[in-house]
Amino acid sequence: MERSQIKQEINITDTLMNRINELISHYPADKRKSALLPVLHEVQDAHDNWLSIDLQNKVAEILEIQPIEVYEVVTFYTMYNQRPIGKYMFEFCQTSPCCQNGVEDLMDYTCNKLGVKVGKPTADGLFEVRGVECLGACGYAPMMQLGDFYQEHLTKEKVDQLIADCKDGKITLHDK
Amino acid sequence: MGRKILLDKINVPGIKTYEVYRKEGGYASVEKALKKMTPDEVVEEVKTSGLRGRGGAGFPAGMKWSFIDKKSGNPRHLVCNADESEPGTFKDRYLMEYMPHLLIEGMITSSYALGANLSYIYIRGEYMWIYKILEKAIAEAKAAGWLGKNILGSGYDLELYVQIGAGAYICGEETALIESLEGKRGNPRLKPPFPAVKGLWQNPTVVNNVETIAAVPWIVNNSGADYAGIGIGRSTGTKLISASGNIKNQGVYEIELGVSVYEFMNSDEYCGGMQTDRPLKALVPGGSSVPILPAHLIYKTAAGEDRLMTYESLSDGGFATGSMLGSGGFIVYDDRACIVRNTWNFSRFYHHESCGQCTPCREGTGWLEKVLWRIENGQGREEDIDLLWSIQSKIEGNTICPLGDAASWPVAAAIRHFRDEFEYHIRFPEKIKNRDHFVNEPFEKVKRLIAKQEI
Repeated sequence: MERSQIKQEINITDTLMNRINELISHYPADKRKSALLPVLHEVQDAHDNWLSIDLQNKVAEILEIQPIEVYEVVTFYTMYNQRPIGKYMFEFCQTSPCCQNGVEDLMDYTCNKLGVKVGKPTADGLFEVRGVECLGACGYAPMMQLGDFYQEHLTKEKVDQLIADCKDGKITLHDK
Repeated sequence: MGRKILLDKINVPGIKTYEVYRKEGGYASVEKALKKMTPDEVVEEVKTSGLRGRGGAGFPAGMKWSFIDKKSGNPRHLVCNADESEPGTFKDRYLMEYMPHLLIEGMITSSYALGANLSYIYIRGEYMWIYKILEKAIAEAKAAGWLGKNILGSGYDLELYVQIGAGAYICGEETALIESLEGKRGNPRLKPPFPAVKGLWQNPTVVNNVETIAAVPWIVNNSGADYAGIGIGRSTGTKLISASGNIKNQGVYEIELGVSVYEFMNSDEYCGGMQTDRPLKALVPGGSSVPILPAHLIYKTAAGEDRLMTYESLSDGGFATGSMLGSGGFIVYDDRACIVRNTWNFSRFYHHESCGQCTPCREGTGWLEKVLWRIENGQGREEDIDLLWSIQSKIEGNTICPLGDAASWPVAAAIRHFRDEFEYHIRFPEKIKNRDHFVNEPFEKVKRLIAKQEI
């Protein structure tokens, strides 16, 4: 299905709006646009970790800027997702020091275990595996990002445990 | 034991909290600066210290501060660059995660020196949990009266906030960082005007690395001259080194500049030697952008002198036989590593991270990645090595920001020092089918198949 046709229910709760207003208050009154990056993170976290065009338009409205100003930012930064993604996204760092410590084998292992290819979510939408560029954890390789947190010194056993913990709902993705 | 001035208290239980940090003498530099010193006196101390930018470029911090435009009367800003993303570098994260108040103290003292009343810490999006740590620490500092209006009754006002990025290496470049802080794509700006004249919202702005700002409290508490007394020559003070790769003790170390590379690599105080009994093959001493050094140029310079952990010694010999201290991202490779594969890995990184603004970088980084991929995957041609050389030489120096240079240098150095390894890949494609091709049969053992060629 075309990305633009996937509907996303928009729900800007009072809690979310309060946080957005707090972020806006960090900048001079005529510089609301500066809050765009942090606001997009908050909004995305509250909407299943992706930003539909409708949701991006809503952010433009809140910040009193043109929709295009939001689109160009969303498309530039890799942490904003423009399509629905697996709930538990295993983002493995695949830059040099992680490779030296076996991340490629570990990614193959994880994909096989979940029965997926890199970048394609599982059928139930629960998991997705991605390779990303250096996460600044080179001394604790191999590692991955899961939600707002890093999982470091990974082994096959730790990956197995993480998958089990995700299925059991024991993993916190965002610290709010 | 080397002297520690940034990490000396990092193992004190609870140092992450305001109470403990304060009890251990934290925020003394703010008291001293605001009560006993003029802003210019703080700038002078930092100039005397010889402190150099710790993000990678090594530009003298005091001099950078002295460029800030005070004549226009526009509001000034200090922005801390916590967008740590250079492959091999994870030192700022360590400092911020375990001693957030040291950075905040440094931000207050430094903002006072610059006359900034509104300052920001720009942290990379992936460090989301550290963003929360910093937000909490700022709230604690504010509650204790170190931020806000009329700090310590001095008449000086400062507001400090953290801004989060969203996954873009380029935002570590200071003008791209400023664009991002304004809520835009991270496209670097043409310079001049420099940020010191027109930076954040066109106001005079100084952008400094986390580690640079964290060194300021010590300099103010002691003196610039004391700081300059540590280290060798123009490499003054201490430096955080992020050590990774095939060494025993990976992690972050604070060193006095001037310790030898041999000692740093092999002493138990630091890296503790190689990870296994496999021999040392290569070293990237300052993050992925700097030239890779082959084994024979690591402990000794080409002139036969001991190689030291200083800006000068690591770059001794220029790019022909030297490298750079850079960000201190110290990546060690043993003989299992394939230089072609590693160079391809770095090139993929730069291709992914190019902002796309300048043609030589946008197109060239993609070409580098593709040509390296085909050599690594057994589809290389003899002329590809010269092609790579030609591409990198056409990117270098032809872009608005240094990402173009950063993408070129690792490729140039790999060809300069390991050309025979590229030739091996091209001539013996059947021997490199497996991605771990040097694990069972290191290049040293098959090198004889290639007649050595120098360029």
